[in-house]
Amino acid sequence: MSRTTLTALLLTLPLTAQAQETLNFYNWSDYIAEDTIPGFQDETGTSVNYDVFDSNEVVEAKLLAGSTGYDLVVPSLEFMARQAQAGVFQEIDKSKLDNYGNLDPEIMRIIEANDPGNAFGIPWMMYSVGPGYDVAAVTERLGEDANLDSWSLVFDPANAEKLADCGIALLDSPSEITAAALNYLGLDPTSEDAGDLDQAMALLSEIRPHIRYFHSSQYINDLANGDICLAVGYSGDILQAKDRAAESGNGIEIRYVIPEEGALLGFDMLAIPADAPHPDAAYAFIDYFLRPEVTAAVSDAVFYANANKAATPLVSEEVRNDPGIYPPEATLTKMYSAKPHSARYDRSLTRAWTTLKTGR
Amino acid sequence: MRRLVPLVPFLWLGLFFVIPFAVLLKISFSEPAIAMPPYLPLWEWADGVLTIAINLGNYIFLTEDPLYLVSYLSSVRIAAISTLVTLLIGYPMAYAIARAPEGRRNILLMLVILPFWTSFLLRVYAWIGILKANGVLNNALMSLGLIDQPLVILQTDIAVYLGIVYTYLPFMILPLYATLSRLDGDLLEASADLGARPLTTFATVTLPLSMPGVLAGSMLVFIPAVGEYVIPALLGGPDTLMIGTVLWNEFFLNRDWPVASAVAIVMVLVLALPIALLRRIQSRAEKA
Repeated sequence: MSRTTLTALLLTLPLTAQAQETLNFYNWSDYIAEDTIPGFQDETGTSVNYDVFDSNEVVEAKLLAGSTGYDLVVPSLEFMARQAQAGVFQEIDKSKLDNYGNLDPEIMRIIEANDPGNAFGIPWMMYSVGPGYDVAAVTERLGEDANLDSWSLVFDPANAEKLADCGIALLDSPSEITAAALNYLGLDPTSEDAGDLDQAMALLSEIRPHIRYFHSSQYINDLANGDICLAVGYSGDILQAKDRAAESGNGIEIRYVIPEEGALLGFDMLAIPADAPHPDAAYAFIDYFLRPEVTAAVSDAVFYANANKAATPLVSEEVRNDPGIYPPEATLTKMYSAKPHSARYDRSLTRAWTTLKTGR
Repeated sequence: MRRLVPLVPFLWLGLFFVIPFAVLLKISFSEPAIAMPPYLPLWEWADGVLTIAINLGNYIFLTEDPLYLVSYLSSVRIAAISTLVTLLIGYPMAYAIARAPEGRRNILLMLVILPFWTSFLLRVYAWIGILKANGVLNNALMSLGLIDQPLVILQTDIAVYLGIVYTYLPFMILPLYATLSRLDGDLLEASADLGARPLTTFATVTLPLSMPGVLAGSMLVFIPAVGEYVIPALLGGPDTLMIGTVLWNEFFLNRDWPVASAVAIVMVLVLALPIALLRRIQSRAEKA
């Protein structure tokens, strides 16, 4: 091949790419409606490469290394905050989003604590972290009178011991589980104090012998199949397990609760990497997602609440009236948000978590 | 052109080992930061002055916390036990294939390689389906009435051993088969003629002559098993401690790429030493 033809080829490459616009979208697993992407593709002619992950840490490592090729990613808010500080994302130009006004100003104000001026992120879905359990298996072991609306279901060693044989799983997420333990102990769930961490770990190590495994996505199938009977996980994931169990007709009834002591309220945020190859496609998708009917369809499919005020009436009643998905006002006041950790605290937390898991 | 051919292995080594190793070494002397990439540069060029900051703290840190030593040892132990089990299962299989009639050998070898046609990840996932509480194995044993409570195998060290042995078995069988099939039949006959029983012949003739295959197979299993991350992550329990998991934590949970790199560098060194030793024993054995 002569040099001129090669140069000509190189010149035409970006042109062909423009004719067929592409969107590289990196989202959490099991976190979208079946028709969201096809609907967007049909309407805009953009082809979408949809890729999934199950941990914030993996996304973060990729983003910090740079040149991921992704146009749109969905980190949780406290992770997005630190990544934005490292220069990973570009600021959102709200003038490019006709449907920005659909977002609930109240929720945007809460998000501002970690994303000043709502500069970098658009909320995708909201989640809480709480216990989900197999109603029959847990009632059989703890008795009819047990309080199943409290974190003591997990954190009381006597309960954990009785449930060990049918299987308990915890998220493999040191920050989220430790925050729940701190909150249960009446301490500040965002505390970075070494003494507080010790107390939380002391509590967790008491129930540790009864934990089958730590994992951040496997519990969905295991709960639905009856391989485990209690998991502390993401609200929508547990509700998806409930849905799968009901669909398969295996007789397993799953319940998700936001315990009376409160739970972590989290946000997963759409953000555009600074080096995104197709930022225009990312804007087009965000604007498409912000349409009330599109957001509502995602909430209906994944059992997570959204921050789109205009979408709420379109969300099915089953989802909208589930206190585990849309927490009532009284519960909301007890919920807490996460904050980005200092590097020093992350190291102590990971070290304590390793000790908890392995005994070393 | 022909003179360049010997350079190919060196090019390979340079491209896929020396350069990545140098990059890791560089990062291991750095300090973490909230930036892209998440560590500080080693050298800075300002006003005609080149400042190079080499931080040995990451290596010192590894000696301060026993976790790292314990996980290295635990990885070596898991890999060594798995290698031994693989050898015990693989040797008779390789021996049987090598002794099989000529026409059947290729089919048998094909069967050994066949699992590679499916993704490694899928095969490990299949083990989850077999071993889990509600899985194939437990359901079969329960319906046969052999047990009345499901056996907890998944998420234990036993599942890790099973996974490693299963995955790496072909790497043990193939080099063993290569040496066993080249074994001179006359030597075995001579041994029998001189009155040795089959067991004695095996111990004094077959086994020593197949040592190169045993060593090659063991290294092919042991080395990747030490650094294994996927199998313990999918099949192992929360208390399965391997250096791969520690690396993951440093890299992902702590975002401390410099310490993660230091762990990796030490792992390469810890592995390289015994392997160099093995190579020496092997080459001496071949000369003798």
